[in-house]
Amino acid sequence: MSEHSEHDGPVGHVVPISTYLLVFLALIVGTALTTWIAYIDLGRWNTPVALTIAVVKMTLVVLFFMHVKYATGLTRIVILAGFFWLAIMVTLASSDELTRNWEIVPQGWNMIVPFASRLF
Amino acid sequence: MSMAIADLHEAPADSSVNYLNATYGIRSWLLTKDHKRIGLLYLATTTLMFFVGGGAAVLMRLHLIEPQGALFEPETYNKLFSTHGIIMVFFFMVPSIPATLGNFLIPLMIGARDVAFPKLNLLSWYVFVTGCIFALYATLSGGVDTGWTFYPPYSSSFSHTHVVAVALGVFIAGFSSILTGLNFIVTIHKMRAPGMRWFRLPLFIWAMYATSLIFVLGTPVIAITLFLLGLERILHVGIFDPAVGGDPLLFQHLFWFYSHPAVYIMILPGMGVVSELITAFSRKKIFGYSFVAFSSLSIAVISFVVWGHHMFVTGQSVYAGLVFSALSFLVAIPSAVKVFNWTATLYKGSISYEAPMLYALGFVGLFTIGGLTGLFLAALATDVHLNGTYFIVAHFHYVMVGGAVMAYLGGMHFWWPKITGRLYPDYWARFAAFMIFVGFNLTFFPQFVLGYLGMPRRYAVYPAEFQVLNVMSSAGASILGVGYLIPLIYLTWSMRYGPPAGPNPWGAKGLEWTTSSPPPTENFKEIPIVTEDAYNYPTPEVPRV
Amino acid sequence: MSDTVAHGAHPPGFAHQFEDMTQQREAGNLGMWVFLVTEILFFGGMFTSYIIFRTLHFASFEAGSHLLKVQFGATNTVVLIVSSLTMALAIRAAQTGKRKGQIIFWLILTMFLGALFLGLKLRYEWYADYVEGIVPGISWNSGAHAPGVELFMCFYFFMTGLHAIHMVIGLGILTVLVIMAARDKFSSRYYAPLEISGLYWHFVDIVWIFLFPLLYLIGGRYQ
Repeated sequence: MSEHSEHDGPVGHVVPISTYLLVFLALIVGTALTTWIAYIDLGRWNTPVALTIAVVKMTLVVLFFMHVKYATGLTRIVILAGFFWLAIMVTLASSDELTRNWEIVPQGWNMIVPFASRLF
Repeated sequence: MSMAIADLHEAPADSSVNYLNATYGIRSWLLTKDHKRIGLLYLATTTLMFFVGGGAAVLMRLHLIEPQGALFEPETYNKLFSTHGIIMVFFFMVPSIPATLGNFLIPLMIGARDVAFPKLNLLSWYVFVTGCIFALYATLSGGVDTGWTFYPPYSSSFSHTHVVAVALGVFIAGFSSILTGLNFIVTIHKMRAPGMRWFRLPLFIWAMYATSLIFVLGTPVIAITLFLLGLERILHVGIFDPAVGGDPLLFQHLFWFYSHPAVYIMILPGMGVVSELITAFSRKKIFGYSFVAFSSLSIAVISFVVWGHHMFVTGQSVYAGLVFSALSFLVAIPSAVKVFNWTATLYKGSISYEAPMLYALGFVGLFTIGGLTGLFLAALATDVHLNGTYFIVAHFHYVMVGGAVMAYLGGMHFWWPKITGRLYPDYWARFAAFMIFVGFNLTFFPQFVLGYLGMPRRYAVYPAEFQVLNVMSSAGASILGVGYLIPLIYLTWSMRYGPPAGPNPWGAKGLEWTTSSPPPTENFKEIPIVTEDAYNYPTPEVPRV
Repeated sequence: MSDTVAHGAHPPGFAHQFEDMTQQREAGNLGMWVFLVTEILFFGGMFTSYIIFRTLHFASFEAGSHLLKVQFGATNTVVLIVSSLTMALAIRAAQTGKRKGQIIFWLILTMFLGALFLGLKLRYEWYADYVEGIVPGISWNSGAHAPGVELFMCFYFFMTGLHAIHMVIGLGILTVLVIMAARDKFSSRYYAPLEISGLYWHFVDIVWIFLFPLLYLIGGRYQ
């Protein structure tokens, strides 16, 4: 609840058209770039590069088209919470799915076990 | 229920216009945007679902009186426990306190005229009813036998029951949760009365805020999961199908990402209610307000990182098991903070034992047992022995029924005079509370022993040596069943014949008690200005030594 | 807090439960953002599964990815980005108090682009896939592809299908907005429905911004 209530003029922030066009250009360039790079062999780096471009594009849309650059801290916290919870889901679900085939005692532990047994 | 509500109009307790008699007729209820009326619509719906789910439970307990099963074929028994679980979890426990008491109380407690989005609020009820209809249709036309957890590949490829209809019902009901949670979050952020700072909010509001976070962050995941399950059942191929490289356990991950936090959707509002009851009937400020408030939030957050403890014996990676086990123990900390703070609040309070307080005290004891047995199950090694036994059944019923339902009934008795403007007979209320407590313990304590001895859950038959404990449990269930019917009778009676309650029959603090009972449609004649902290009960004049 | 002046003369679109328009606008915005968070987690369940299976069955996912028609994926990405721009311009037209014709123009252009996206997808991708027999569960040529490829195609259809459902809902919302604009509901003082619908439309665009590289460009298109 804010103190002021303006009675004239537009409410909310009006973004200049030039800003919209610049963001739009950047998004088109990003799309072209990500498609072009997919045809170049970067080894294991293809996916990270593609995702980085996608994250940059998303950030531009969120900040300018969705006006988050001009929004309150609460909006930002809400968005970050969404991604944080998604990260929880990905991390913990992967912690099972991607470690299921690990051997029960990994190689490195062979060195730890005799050391630990001397302690007790 | 509509009949009973219609009766209310005849003699308004305050002889003034209130939300119950402001407009008349069935249309005025079905098209209402008043959060108080929507709360009552939810109350009617969830009460109906409670008795459907409860009926299934009664039949199960009757069946288990004899080791070979007294009443049903095993297939029918499977459908009974599935129906009981699905109805009780998704159609009663999840919406029970939030959608009834939460809807009714949040605007009143924060000093607002309504929730932020009244139309969405009404929509959420219609969505919920649609979900209920799907679930009831599926139950009546043959039922479902997957258990409430819908695990594939059984649910996707082998079960010949109405899996898709029920899953669709749960999917739809999920959107009602999302709308409710969204509405509450925005309401609590944006609609507080002047001076109602965050740390002046009643603890019920903090609990509802934490619950709404789970609604909003968890429910979409169960929605997409059931959506995928339904597609897989229809198309005979999907991402949980091992034949194409998919993984049935992934379903369990996604399912429990919601369904474990859903347990806290059920218990957190109960904790909020109990915080209100204990302060009101101890005539004392809550001990450690900010600890209780933040423990609600931290329970909400931690609830999302522990789900793997449902999967210790499924073939989940041992490393994931290790992590989930360690994280699961963390939930004990904020839960214990709450129990200790309630106990400390009672200490040297001027306690009185009206019916709501009896429920609250019952909650504290039973939740403590339920919570501590949860620690046995969070420990990897013990869980291997106890998983899939009646120990689990007893554990979560202590939390869900002994905890959440006790709190729900306590809250219902506490705010009933506010909701209806009428008092109920206190003698019967105390009697029912006592009966429910006894019946509950007789039903579920033997199940701890049964589970420890190794009796598996979800079986229609059991070895003869378990019969004594099973008969005890069934006997308790019949006491519990009667105990639940008594409040239904006297509360309905009191709507018409109860003496007028007045604005504040308990002498409790909180904005909801400053307006008339029943409140006017706009809640407050003037929006209140809040100048003091919550639970500002006067310090006793006689110094105690 | 505002005084009671606001209660005397209700501005258009003002709802009784609020104190003033600022509170109403902030509540509407927050509500939409909270809803978008639920959408993040709704799609998130699919993305989580995708990440896991892509890691476990990388070769099959790569093979599956090469069955997709990247030229249409890229074209549709551009179409959606343009539609986001036109949506933003529709809101800006309302904000700056332009004539309703201008608002309606940008909205209809946005709808056209949304429909173009769906048309391209339906005609040149899904229908072609159906003919080629790479639609799991409906038209699957099991002799030609490994089981892991079928898993990838499940993801492809579930994720793009879910996205398309959101596009259809978005078109429905835009239709309502056009009607509201035609009835002179919007002004520089009140354009909240446009604003929060815009958030939804941009969100659907963002989902596609991720779906495009994740589905079409796996492991590089080089041979």
